[in-house]
Amino acid sequence: MKRRDLVVGVLAAVAAVVALAFLVLPVAAIFLRVPPGQLVHQLSSGVVTDALIVTAKTSLIAQALVLLFGTPLAYLLASRRFRGRALAITLVELPLVLPPAVAGLGLLAAFGRVGLLSTSIAFTQAAVVLAVAFVSSPLYILPAMAAFEAVDPDVVAASRTLGAGPAKTFFRVVLPLARGGLAGGEALAFARGLGEFGATIMFAGSLQGVTQTLSLAIYEEFSVDFDTALAMGALLVVVSVVLLVFLKLVLSWQPSRRTSGSLFARST
Amino acid sequence: MATLSADFRLPLRSFDLRLALEVERTVALVGPSGAGKSSVLRTIAGLVRANGRIALDDEVWLGSGIDRRPDERRVGLVFQEYALFPHLSVRGNVGYGGKERVDELLERFRIGHLADAKPRELSGGERQRVALARALARDPGVLLLDEPLAALDAHTKAAVRGELQELLIELGLPTLMVTHDYEDAAALAEIVGVLVDGELRQLGTPRELVSQPADPFVASFTGANLLHGAVELHDDGVTRVRLASGEVVYSTDRADGEVGVVVHPWDVSIGRVHADDSAMNLVQGEVASIAPVGNRVRVRVGPLTAEVTESSAERLELAIGSRVYASFKATATRLVPLGGQHASVRSSPHPPS
Repeated sequence: MKRRDLVVGVLAAVAAVVALAFLVLPVAAIFLRVPPGQLVHQLSSGVVTDALIVTAKTSLIAQALVLLFGTPLAYLLASRRFRGRALAITLVELPLVLPPAVAGLGLLAAFGRVGLLSTSIAFTQAAVVLAVAFVSSPLYILPAMAAFEAVDPDVVAASRTLGAGPAKTFFRVVLPLARGGLAGGEALAFARGLGEFGATIMFAGSLQGVTQTLSLAIYEEFSVDFDTALAMGALLVVVSVVLLVFLKLVLSWQPSRRTSGSLFARST
Repeated sequence: MATLSADFRLPLRSFDLRLALEVERTVALVGPSGAGKSSVLRTIAGLVRANGRIALDDEVWLGSGIDRRPDERRVGLVFQEYALFPHLSVRGNVGYGGKERVDELLERFRIGHLADAKPRELSGGERQRVALARALARDPGVLLLDEPLAALDAHTKAAVRGELQELLIELGLPTLMVTHDYEDAAALAEIVGVLVDGELRQLGTPRELVSQPADPFVASFTGANLLHGAVELHDDGVTRVRLASGEVVYSTDRADGEVGVVVHPWDVSIGRVHADDSAMNLVQGEVASIAPVGNRVRVRVGPLTAEVTESSAERLELAIGSRVYASFKATATRLVPLGGQHASVRSSPHPPS
């Protein structure tokens, strides 16, 4: 019996080490293949700076849109009970599980020149923004909904009885109390937006300086200049790590939501 | 002084809450948890939508096609667990509804030194003072208190009850509070209502509730002993009741059918020997528990709780398991009809305890 335990223990340890190594290796390889100095040098190439500018611009606009339209939707879904709410939540979740190619196809079918709304957005920078917003918004809206739901309803009610209307209550009480969850969700959405590939290449193409984001540029470059592709990869790894650390900080720092005295509250 | 009048109906999960009430000074609603007490306050504050009429003097909040939003009803609602804003300082909390009187209120409630503290740094008693100050800062026309003493420990509770008593007198606002504790209600309010399953069973002064409980619920809420039994016969102004346990007790109240015999703990005395007095009801049993309450001692004997002085408890050498006689006068009993039964009861005039 003891010997069997030992064997199982060793096997489990080996499996754990293999799994961890497998996850670390590709990321490490990006940094190990080319010396860091050369990586930084590669970043000044025209393809990279163009992609960087396109990515920064489209990401910021897309995330601004996600916040602007996603926040009211998340609050509505969190605070109201209405017929069709479950359906609405499912529709919000859908882009999460949708294959990116299907998302790109759908965006073309909706906004393409011969699409449902027949616009001239396709293959412009606006198309990148829409694609990024489409795939990343659930990652913001769903945690935002959870954050709004976690706000103590009594605290919201207290604000109302103290003479504050719904708008003042939202901005002075609900938003500050939910901000941790909102920031965490936005970090996730931002990271997902940076990595967006499939929907973008179908709906916006990959035109350098216009629609070619870092993710698309890596794909274009890796067969031409592998080191430049690596440099952009390294840049995205660094940004991802920063976002991940930010997310962990936000999640560990949560304002205490309830101020209610516990049953055993200390006396004066 | 202003008057809050409320007359509304609110469907709750398992029953309808129906309430008609005038609040002129201090009214407390007592009842078991789940009786709809908090819903009453939420309805008046406008946090829950009900049908009916709610008005402060001639200012209609609900009814005649009006349904004012919570922020448009001048209520000061103090939540059971205070619901302070966790992200705001004490000063930020108090000043949320009105900035003018913040300093005065911080001083009045002795929380000036805590002005910059966050709610999580405060003790239970301090939180409650912040919650009261915050509610008063908006200059409410009516004060609503949800279980004002429930979140406090026993030690703090006694002190806070005294402070709250003074405050309510000083404010002179129509005040409606809800509590599950009859003693708190009786200490803080002039009028007490007993709410059970969304229905107001009795509304009266604490004295009336104790001396003339309308039904067994009310009686048990006032802390009285309640013995179930059936009336056997009337004889010479005395009613004989056969208890469910088989024993017989006498009451000077007149009733028929299934009744509850109500007797207050301070009307029950404890003895070691059989007192040979026909005017006394006697229940023999073992002492099941002994609990000091202030300078008195609560002794549980069989179905009865007696409250005796410390000295008599010592003199009788009471201990758990002691065989004793609990006795109470026929004149100290009230007979109340048991739920559902429509036995007629005529309460004899009785000096309030």
